[in-house]
Amino acid sequence: MSNPSNYKFAKTDEWVSVEGKVATVGVSDYAQSQLSDIVYLEFLVDAGDDVSQGDSLVSLESVKAAAEVTSPVSGKVLELNEALLDDFEAVNKDPFGRAWFLKVELSDPSELDALMSADAYTKYCEGRE
Amino acid sequence: MFIPSTETERNEMLQRIGLSKVEDLFSDVPEKFRYPELNLPEGVSELEAYQNLKDLSSANESTDDLICFLGAGAYNHYIPSSVDAIISRGEFLTAYTPYQPEVSQGTLQAIFEYQSLVASLTGMDVSNASHYDGATAAAEACVLAYHHFRGKRTKFVLSRYLHPQYREAIKTYFQGYEKLNIVGDEERSGFQSTDDLLKLIDYDTAIVYVQYPDFLGRIQDFKEFASKVHEVGAILAISVNPLSLGLLKPPSEFDADIVTGEGQPLGIPLSFGGPYLGLFATKNQFIRKLAGRLVGETVDGNGNKGYVLTLTAREQHIRREKATSNICTNQGLIALASAVYMSLLGKSGLKQVAKLNYDKAHYAADQISKLKGFEVINSSPFFNEFVIKTPKPVSELNSLLLDYDILGGYDLSNDYPELENHMLLAVTEMISKEDIDYLVEILQEVTND
Repeated sequence: MSNPSNYKFAKTDEWVSVEGKVATVGVSDYAQSQLSDIVYLEFLVDAGDDVSQGDSLVSLESVKAAAEVTSPVSGKVLELNEALLDDFEAVNKDPFGRAWFLKVELSDPSELDALMSADAYTKYCEGRE
Repeated sequence: MFIPSTETERNEMLQRIGLSKVEDLFSDVPEKFRYPELNLPEGVSELEAYQNLKDLSSANESTDDLICFLGAGAYNHYIPSSVDAIISRGEFLTAYTPYQPEVSQGTLQAIFEYQSLVASLTGMDVSNASHYDGATAAAEACVLAYHHFRGKRTKFVLSRYLHPQYREAIKTYFQGYEKLNIVGDEERSGFQSTDDLLKLIDYDTAIVYVQYPDFLGRIQDFKEFASKVHEVGAILAISVNPLSLGLLKPPSEFDADIVTGEGQPLGIPLSFGGPYLGLFATKNQFIRKLAGRLVGETVDGNGNKGYVLTLTAREQHIRREKATSNICTNQGLIALASAVYMSLLGKSGLKQVAKLNYDKAHYAADQISKLKGFEVINSSPFFNEFVIKTPKPVSELNSLLLDYDILGGYDLSNDYPELENHMLLAVTEMISKEDIDYLVEILQEVTND
């Protein structure tokens, strides 16, 4: 699965897609393939919370490991994708689409500049294999 | 003393690290602390030591010597000899943590059976492999609730009739949580009603803790109470006496979220206060947040039934710093004892023991209520414990009773200044009708002045 060219990526394998001031956050296809089948997912924040870059957003457990999704941006949480709670599979099947985790209203859009482009992230992942 | 290395080996090791004698290893300890005078008596032979200890222990009086009406969280019950015989088997007695399922199927299955029995007794979906005792189980329930709301709800509401020591344990666990507010059990005049507790509940409340039967022995229906607690989204935890559940409606029927309790009445000896057993059961919803260890049943590659520690991401193996609680010790042998006890008695046996307790306690209450100067306080139903108002201070009365080989009830003024001259009496199946009549006779005698 190729990394969408209009998304930005963090070194910790989260993606961000920005529309206006609102960032949608998920984890990359590389991340889900490393984790393998997700068996549990828990949100660690609520809508309305202020989060800073690096804060834990979601806890993921797979048959192989447990991982935390950290926030690639700072801002206010607008919405959680609660539908995922009944659809863990989406993280494995459609990481860039259906499996978005939450939307954040950016408080510091300049943070996006430090994230990687899709191409840079693809190379970054290749370098780890 | 047994030292496994030889003198030559020790010297070799010292030489390697550039020291000449063992004492040099302690040179960083200030000299005056290095070899303190211990002021111990001369060593004695094993025979002498045995006799010394025997003299000391024979100064105690136990429930073998006295008629015991003392309860308040730990109860004198009959334990079938087969409990001890079964748990003394080497495979159980010396088993260590079953990390390696290939060689621990017996221990794992025993824990699984224990969990199943506790879940079925409390009516809850899932039980963990146990905690230390009723107090630490209660504290762990509060830890669960605190983390469930990610620290955003900062109020715990504790019933004043949750065991005083459990309340202490909860407060000890939460020392240093500055924003946390533990309310509900403050000193007061008169009795606290469940309505008094409900007034304290709001959207900042993480957990509401009640006891069933409560510390004063009373049985209450918490169904409506539970729905009010749930209206504000708080967690309802109920601490139980598991033996009473042989007779009473399980707390699951009140829609309790967490059920904890002291497992001692289920085949565990009094033993001067421990080791006991912390029961901990919850709704399915909290299975990932359950503290402690959990054993699950599964099948191996060939389809054979097997048991493993499961959902361990909750505790220390993977996400240690993110886990609800890092406690993973359980009372393996004691939990097994309770599982053996419950299995031996079965559903009808447990009911029978509970009924015996209930009947005897009610006979005792009935007889005492007829005594001049005494009053039975419990107007609501009770199980095997009830409160009487006494014409003399309880401590005074108890020392008089002791002269007649009776271990009197618990002095409630220890924990409840508003309950001066109030005694909590426990009557178990160990007490005969003659014992009760004897108590009544002596109570009359020592207060007839």
